[in-house]
Amino acid sequence: MKEKTFIKTRNVILTGVGGQGNVMASRTLAHMLVDAGYVVTIGETFGMSQRGGSVMSHLRISHDSVKSPQIPRGGADVIVGLEPLEALRVLTVYGNPQVCVLYNSRPVYPIGVITGELSYPSGETIRDAFERLSAACWEIDATSVGLRLGNPVLSNIVMIGALSKTGLLPFDRRRFEKEIKKTLSAGKYKVNLKAFDAGADMIK
Amino acid sequence: MSKLLSPDRSTVLFLGNEAIARGALEAGIEVATGYPGTPSSEVIESLAGVARERNLYVEWSVIEKVALEVAAAASFAGLRSMAVMKQNGVNVASDFLLHLTASGTRGGVVLVSCEDPGALSSVNEGESRYFASMMEMPLLEPTDFQDAKDITKWAFELSEAIGNVVMLRSVTRMSHASGNVTCGKLPTKRRNAAFEYDGPVMDSQTGPMISTPVMAKHLLRQQKLKDVQRMFDNSPFNRYTGPAKPDLLIITSSACFLYSCEAVEMLGLQKRVGILKLATTWPLPPNLLEKYLRKAKTILIVEEVMAFLEENVKVLASGIAGRVGVKTFFGKYNGALPFAGELNPDIVADALGKILKVKRKSLPADYQTDVQKTAALIPVREQTFCAGCPHRASFWNIHNAIALDGRKGFVCGDIGCYSMAALSPATGYHTMPTLHSMGSGTGLASGFAQLSRFGLDKPILAVCGDSTFYHAVIPALINAQHNRADITFIVLDNAGTAMTGFQPHPGLAVSALKDVVPAVDIAAICKAIGAKVAVSDPFDLASTSRILTSFLADKGSLKVLILRQACALSPEKKGKKAFDVKVDESLCIGEACGCNRLCTRIFRCPALTWDRDTKKAVVDEVICAGCGVCASICPQQAIVKTEVSAPG
Repeated sequence: MKEKTFIKTRNVILTGVGGQGNVMASRTLAHMLVDAGYVVTIGETFGMSQRGGSVMSHLRISHDSVKSPQIPRGGADVIVGLEPLEALRVLTVYGNPQVCVLYNSRPVYPIGVITGELSYPSGETIRDAFERLSAACWEIDATSVGLRLGNPVLSNIVMIGALSKTGLLPFDRRRFEKEIKKTLSAGKYKVNLKAFDAGADMIK
Repeated sequence: MSKLLSPDRSTVLFLGNEAIARGALEAGIEVATGYPGTPSSEVIESLAGVARERNLYVEWSVIEKVALEVAAAASFAGLRSMAVMKQNGVNVASDFLLHLTASGTRGGVVLVSCEDPGALSSVNEGESRYFASMMEMPLLEPTDFQDAKDITKWAFELSEAIGNVVMLRSVTRMSHASGNVTCGKLPTKRRNAAFEYDGPVMDSQTGPMISTPVMAKHLLRQQKLKDVQRMFDNSPFNRYTGPAKPDLLIITSSACFLYSCEAVEMLGLQKRVGILKLATTWPLPPNLLEKYLRKAKTILIVEEVMAFLEENVKVLASGIAGRVGVKTFFGKYNGALPFAGELNPDIVADALGKILKVKRKSLPADYQTDVQKTAALIPVREQTFCAGCPHRASFWNIHNAIALDGRKGFVCGDIGCYSMAALSPATGYHTMPTLHSMGSGTGLASGFAQLSRFGLDKPILAVCGDSTFYHAVIPALINAQHNRADITFIVLDNAGTAMTGFQPHPGLAVSALKDVVPAVDIAAICKAIGAKVAVSDPFDLASTSRILTSFLADKGSLKVLILRQACALSPEKKGKKAFDVKVDESLCIGEACGCNRLCTRIFRCPALTWDRDTKKAVVDEVICAGCGVCASICPQQAIVKTEVSAPG
């Protein structure tokens, strides 16, 4: 059943580095929204394109129709970054003065940075850029929460929990619980719900 | 219950590839085959997942040509079948395909090609659409997820109606995109297999399945294509949306339809531009096109990579120019759209805006300036081997052995994650100067090895993955042995078709249906060919390097080294560390070491980073996979690995 309807399509980009659980997070989010009555289109790439590189999922949440699996330049409403640099990279292509950004503060260094050929902007520089270039932004340390819960990859669910609390998208804990009940084993279900709650608690 | 078996009339989020699989199930498919390749693999994977429940036969075939042959056998016996592959797989299958379209088929058989415009996960952006016209078989191109399911189902009926194979083409942005799909009924009846061949040679149902008499069968096929055109003219999958008299008509197909809709919306041109969406792109529906070509003088053809649709529409339009008038065409040939790369809504909107002289709403100037300045601060993120990847260790070994040998040997590359060794200096330690199709590395090496008589006197190496070995390397390896090519051939055996998601291959004792099957041993094959064969663990740097060095020095014969270590992302390894790895800060002497940061500047593992404050190496515990290889490369022995006890 549809609970709320946007007038306009909502464009969400989830981004991170291959291996951070980007695809799983975007599908979980999309399944919840389809369940809520929306027409969702996800565009993503996986396969070799993920190996250590930047990854992105485009989610188009519409009340009535399928959309292009690629969001136009400057067309994002919400950016969720599992990694700060990747969130910023997406913002510079798909951002606009109305965009809202939620990002995980823990960097994953590109090889060029590890070798010393390139440099990674400081946390301060990244924070400043988001503040200047978005309408609202939230920075949380989701990886540390994941580590505390036993697996850093849980940071993707921490981010989904935080996203629910921002109110940017129409889903809540009940919907998440229903979704993961279908897809996860009992053990994984518990820790994922914990990760979701921990994320939600980080948004004030 | 699998999502793929959702009940009639339920709406679910399907990956394009899952929608294709569901369409095949609704059509009552009995046999599905394929060779893994991005972006096609999930079609077979999802069908394999429901094979027992639906009583299907599903297999990962050794190579695309065999996949199509296995599917064709089912069709000859009256069953419905499907062969699934990526774009270049169609090239591999094309020899059989040429003869299959000539012999004709019986039960519905669909060749699914999932293509990769922009080469997002390929080393080519090959086109298979031209095979449809070359082999004279109908081509269907779904434009969204519901279409993908419905058209797949219809493809089987079409195949049976004309007694020939039908090609269904998808692209990455369809196969790997997801959207809402409303399911239809799953059939309850099954067919029985029966192969008749004693009838007259021209009897498609009882005669032998052969391509002769060639002329007679060819003419019959061309007659059937006339029926196909009539069916396409009336197909509900072709649709026009827009005003009755548009200023410009877009003709498009595939994911490009969605980009075109978005572009029209972005520019607010709904009242000026019409879109003719074609799901049937070869042969073109002549009456439908005539009807819509009459509507506008200016035509924009939106498609990716080559101008297949544009060329065919132009040929058709020129034939009926007397009736529809002369058109101005925009597309690839006049430069409105590029001949290479994938499209997106922006590219289509820019082209459309230029033709109709309409400007897009832009972002505030100061915002744009700030964005540009910010973008300049963002370092690129190159693709790299994952933390714990056996290929990093393998190429470390190969690079060092070549350097030690001193004759500037080189490696002929092949297709797999290890292809990245050719793409980027960040991963391959500059060893792999050639990269082509599957199996070609060994063929090229076999050729290079013959050139010493003309002065090219260097050690020649080739690599391939385990799945690639079975796919197309064996003939090249036999060629090398038969012609006495002196090459060192290395199998990077990571225990599965890792790049596409760990599909089984003949080297493993398990099939697509999870049955236990006999494993075909790579070492035994190589020995039978007559090569000198050694097996090593690439993580054991000392022993691997010893073997490689002796192989390079051993002139005049074919040598095979099998480097065995499972992929770091493999289901049995994922998340389980063999070692806890740490840098002992008291031992790491940083830049004073003299190793010139061998660990972080040269080895390049994403988990082994450099702390700019302490100026020492540091292991990122979040990323480290615990392979422990870096502990063997530190001259100070400052990287310490401790075995992780079995999880309790």
